[in-house]
Amino acid sequence: MKRKGGARRSRGPRFRFMEIIKNQGRRNLQEWLLTAPSLFWLAAFFLVPTVLVFFLAFRPADPYGGIGAGWTLNTLKALGHSYYLAIAWRTLWISFLTTAFCVLLAVPTGYALARSSEKRRRLLLMLVIVPFWTSFLIRIFAWKSLLHPEGLIKHALEAVGLAGPQTSLLYNTESVVLVMIYTFLPFSILPIYAAAEKFDFRLVEAARDLGARPFQAFRKIFLPGIRRGLLTAVLVVFIPALGSYVIPDLVGGPSSEMIGNKIAQRVFVDRNLPHASALSVVLILAVLAPLLSILVLQRKKDKEKPQVILREDA
Amino acid sequence: MSEFLEFRGVSKRFGAIQAVDDVSLEIRKGEFFSLLGPSGCGKTTMLRIAAGFERPDSGRVFLDGRDITELSPNKRKVNTIFQSYALFPHMTVRDNIAFGLVIAKRPAAEIEREVAAMLKLIQMEDQAGKKPDQLSGGQKQRVAVARALINKPDVLLLDEPLAALDLKLRQKMLIELDMIHDQVGITFLYVTHDQGEAMSLSDRIAVMDAGRIEQIGTPAEIYESPRTSFVAAFIGDTNFLEGEVTALDGEYCSVRIPGFPDVSCFNDKGLQPGNLVYLSVRPEKIQISRDMPLSNKRDVNAIPAKVEDVIYLGSNTKYWVRANNHRVQVMRQHFRFFLDEKPIRWKDDVWIWWSSDDGFMLERFRKDDEKLMSLPPQKVGEQ
Repeated sequence: MKRKGGARRSRGPRFRFMEIIKNQGRRNLQEWLLTAPSLFWLAAFFLVPTVLVFFLAFRPADPYGGIGAGWTLNTLKALGHSYYLAIAWRTLWISFLTTAFCVLLAVPTGYALARSSEKRRRLLLMLVIVPFWTSFLIRIFAWKSLLHPEGLIKHALEAVGLAGPQTSLLYNTESVVLVMIYTFLPFSILPIYAAAEKFDFRLVEAARDLGARPFQAFRKIFLPGIRRGLLTAVLVVFIPALGSYVIPDLVGGPSSEMIGNKIAQRVFVDRNLPHASALSVVLILAVLAPLLSILVLQRKKDKEKPQVILREDA
Repeated sequence: MSEFLEFRGVSKRFGAIQAVDDVSLEIRKGEFFSLLGPSGCGKTTMLRIAAGFERPDSGRVFLDGRDITELSPNKRKVNTIFQSYALFPHMTVRDNIAFGLVIAKRPAAEIEREVAAMLKLIQMEDQAGKKPDQLSGGQKQRVAVARALINKPDVLLLDEPLAALDLKLRQKMLIELDMIHDQVGITFLYVTHDQGEAMSLSDRIAVMDAGRIEQIGTPAEIYESPRTSFVAAFIGDTNFLEGEVTALDGEYCSVRIPGFPDVSCFNDKGLQPGNLVYLSVRPEKIQISRDMPLSNKRDVNAIPAKVEDVIYLGSNTKYWVRANNHRVQVMRQHFRFFLDEKPIRWKDDVWIWWSSDDGFMLERFRKDDEKLMSLPPQKVGEQ
């Protein structure tokens, strides 16, 4: 810049630089305008209610179902009671079982879907999606009648001697898990199928060629190859399962109550909104914790990756 | 040397397509053997049958005297280098190479030693920690080679391993593959549609078409003495001249080609007068000059022609000439190039000639072979 004419020479690029900033600004504004509606939607119907729930958790309840004055930590402290711990533990356990069974069933299904012919695949995918055409509630009630003491399944089991007259197929933890698996299975099949469909099955051939038995190739090559789909499947089953309310309410009994039922009970029966909010906060944190840790791990892994340098061997 | 990998009457059909049609083939131990043919000729199916990915509908496959037809891929001492390399994307270079040994549950120390040796062989010691997507095409190829060789297979199968590389890299890898074959001394079965690759690497080549083997032989045999017109057209350039055998003359015979004076040709197939033939003459076997050659030699076929196209290619020049109703390509090597020599130009009247030993007669000529013949280029710049 000290050289003669340096300033003059630099005017050109600087001028262009300003132009770019201006263009950038205009583009930014356009982007903001385009995303504004969805941002507003998210803020109004997602962010604000969530923040409200967080606030309510720290407010006392008044005896008439409203919100009392001042702030308190008592509500949150009350959640440390062993009664809640048992429910929290059960919620985790039921959600875990549901997720595990869903993924176990979805992996072979996804594999089969990805391996079948185009025509067959379309039909099978259709069959996976068809249940969504019927209301979720109606399908739960259908299960209720299927598992009913006078229902088809009970009679069949009794006929082969697997169930006595006292055996109850309904209103217990098993029935909740069963119906939850039924409900969440499509949500686990679809991401696993999507990953399996993109998977290069020649890799399995390569593994077999190198001496791997079919199951070894499946475990060492196929499963790692669809890990993103597996992760998605786990998240989309586990998180909604934690918040389940309708299923344990309809096919479960007192022994299979989940956090979702407790929250509903606090709102509708006890009319204690702060208590319900406190439970919700715990649930939200319980969901966020694994999600965030996965994200952080992923970020860390990406950072550790060395810079990709393509060096042509010359 | 006896056969090592043997296909005996192998057939395989996919729906309506007969991919492999009753093929018998014997590959010797330590040999670099190529299956060469256009796409869809069944060569890859042969390879997949050897690897165990496909079961033949009929016929047997033997390896070292043992019937391996029903053996699953993991039980065969055969390893494959895939066209796409099929490196495991979630594993490092080291883990990819070690895979075969890890699966075989070999001791850790041995695995480490073997992998180190392989990394040295492919000169990638410093890349061992990288993932496949961080490697260049050539590096991926070398990892695929190492991964397949570490199991010390009896036969290494290579499925168009150079197809995904650019020309320069392909030439380099060609030499590397040849060196590796010399070093490890195992049998290579190489599948390609590229005659150049097959010619430069192979001890023997099987030319395949439509699920059948057209000819098996050394590169020179296949080039110099093709058995069918398909082979003649597929391997290198050639001129096909339609004709009929008219008279026998000892080991030679006379062939009448419409529009030509009768030409003489070595009769190695015992053809009789009246046989319809295709006379094939390679462009580089034909001489070209302004003056009429000394025609007192009986075994030279000389024909007057007119130059229609001249294509200068540096080390040689290609001429398209018209002799009556035939377009003939002639390749002239520049042994000695005189700048003051009056070059042969477009529209010049010339003589072309070739020795009776340089033409070969082919009996059958199937219709689908025609597409393989290099078509004469359209004349450019004619006034």
